[in-house]
Amino acid sequence: MLAIVDYGVGNLFSLKSSLAHIGVEACVTGDADTLRRAQRIILPGVGAFGDAAEKLRESGLASVVVQEAERGKPLLGICLGMQLLFEKGFEYGEHAGLGLLPGAVRPIAPIIGAGLKVPHIGWNALSFPESKTKSPLFAQVDAGECVYFVHSYAAMECDAVVTATAEYGVQLTAAAGLANVMGTQFHPEKSGDVGLRILKAFSAL
Amino acid sequence: MITKRIIPCLDVKDGRVVKGVNFLGLADVSSPVKLASYYSACGADELVFYDITASAEGRQLFTEILTETASTVFIPLTVGGGINSVSDFDRVLKCGADKVSVNSGALRDPSLIRDAARKYGDQCVVLSIDAKRVDGRFRVFAKGGREDTGLDLIEWVKRGVALGAGEIVLNSIDTDGVKQGFDLEMLSAVCEATSVPVIASGGAGCAADFIELFKTLPKVDAGLAASIFHFGDVKIPDLKRALCEAGITMRMIKEQPC
Repeated sequence: MLAIVDYGVGNLFSLKSSLAHIGVEACVTGDADTLRRAQRIILPGVGAFGDAAEKLRESGLASVVVQEAERGKPLLGICLGMQLLFEKGFEYGEHAGLGLLPGAVRPIAPIIGAGLKVPHIGWNALSFPESKTKSPLFAQVDAGECVYFVHSYAAMECDAVVTATAEYGVQLTAAAGLANVMGTQFHPEKSGDVGLRILKAFSAL
Repeated sequence: MITKRIIPCLDVKDGRVVKGVNFLGLADVSSPVKLASYYSACGADELVFYDITASAEGRQLFTEILTETASTVFIPLTVGGGINSVSDFDRVLKCGADKVSVNSGALRDPSLIRDAARKYGDQCVVLSIDAKRVDGRFRVFAKGGREDTGLDLIEWVKRGVALGAGEIVLNSIDTDGVKQGFDLEMLSAVCEATSVPVIASGGAGCAADFIELFKTLPKVDAGLAASIFHFGDVKIPDLKRALCEAGITMRMIKEQPC
């Protein structure tokens, strides 16, 4: 069973439906024991880094997610959920993340150059770093296929863990991963067939 | 780089798509759910569902259809029609909509834009505008283009964006249904006035109209149309291929059953 962490942020309708659509049994839960029993965990999230990090800690689930990840359980963060996997975030002040991935989440506005709109919203093509083995998450995805983004902040100073990028003035971190801990800045549950292939790959890990 | 978007719009009344549909191989052509799946499989980048029902029963039916669509189609969905309050936002977002488009409701009470943007984020609020030339000026019309509000288009765009609208859909009443191309003059004026994404609507008759749109106005982010897609005058895979060949960045998909 796959558990989607419910800590009061974001609308989980599309994520639940997309998993159901590919035949993956998923439950939305805020219960620590259910997360411990699950075979894999998805950490979703929309909103601001600080608020979400605080809600996750207050709910007591932050430590459960970290423990389960450290035990080797596959963990997928999506959008803000991916950003929370990093050490810290700089959205309205500095906030600590879960520290499962090395790097920091910073605003994209200063680095993308003039003339590009913020947020980075829409379909953008994925590139995979040539120097690395492709993440198993993208086993069924080709470079150049498009996924759907909505964000104003991105993971930086994290070259060692970047598994995919998207060009938007610069190469933005589109996905990151370190062994069983993975994250996508884009929304696989809104990325059509490509997104379903990614969710399927995660569900088979 | 972010791709330009092609967006079919489905007008839904009492649970059915209203504008005529003429697809080969699609048994139930007026089923919004089936049509949405079909468009998604053809490479549509986003879908707009417009609720033109007036009755409470119709609204309930619309909500059910939206839920069913969002359970089977995994691309961004925008919902408009009858959005007059933050609770209307809540109603459609819960059913799987990603963005909500406001028009007459925001003209009646502009604070709706601000309240919704604060609650759901700017990216969720789409300001849809029907505009028309009156005495050499671009004027905003309400109630599906039937009522002249007296508001200047550019002023309304700036006000809407300042209140928190994250995207503008501009429908030119002057070119709507004429099929001679988008209203480039009106779109250009709006693009100059704002930095949020602008979606062009009204006037497309063929693929060349979309090429002209994106070539002439690189700031336009998306092209929206209804009947030319529904009638099959323009097929989305062919359109996207033509745009791609013209050097416009498009999202191309692998399997295209249409």
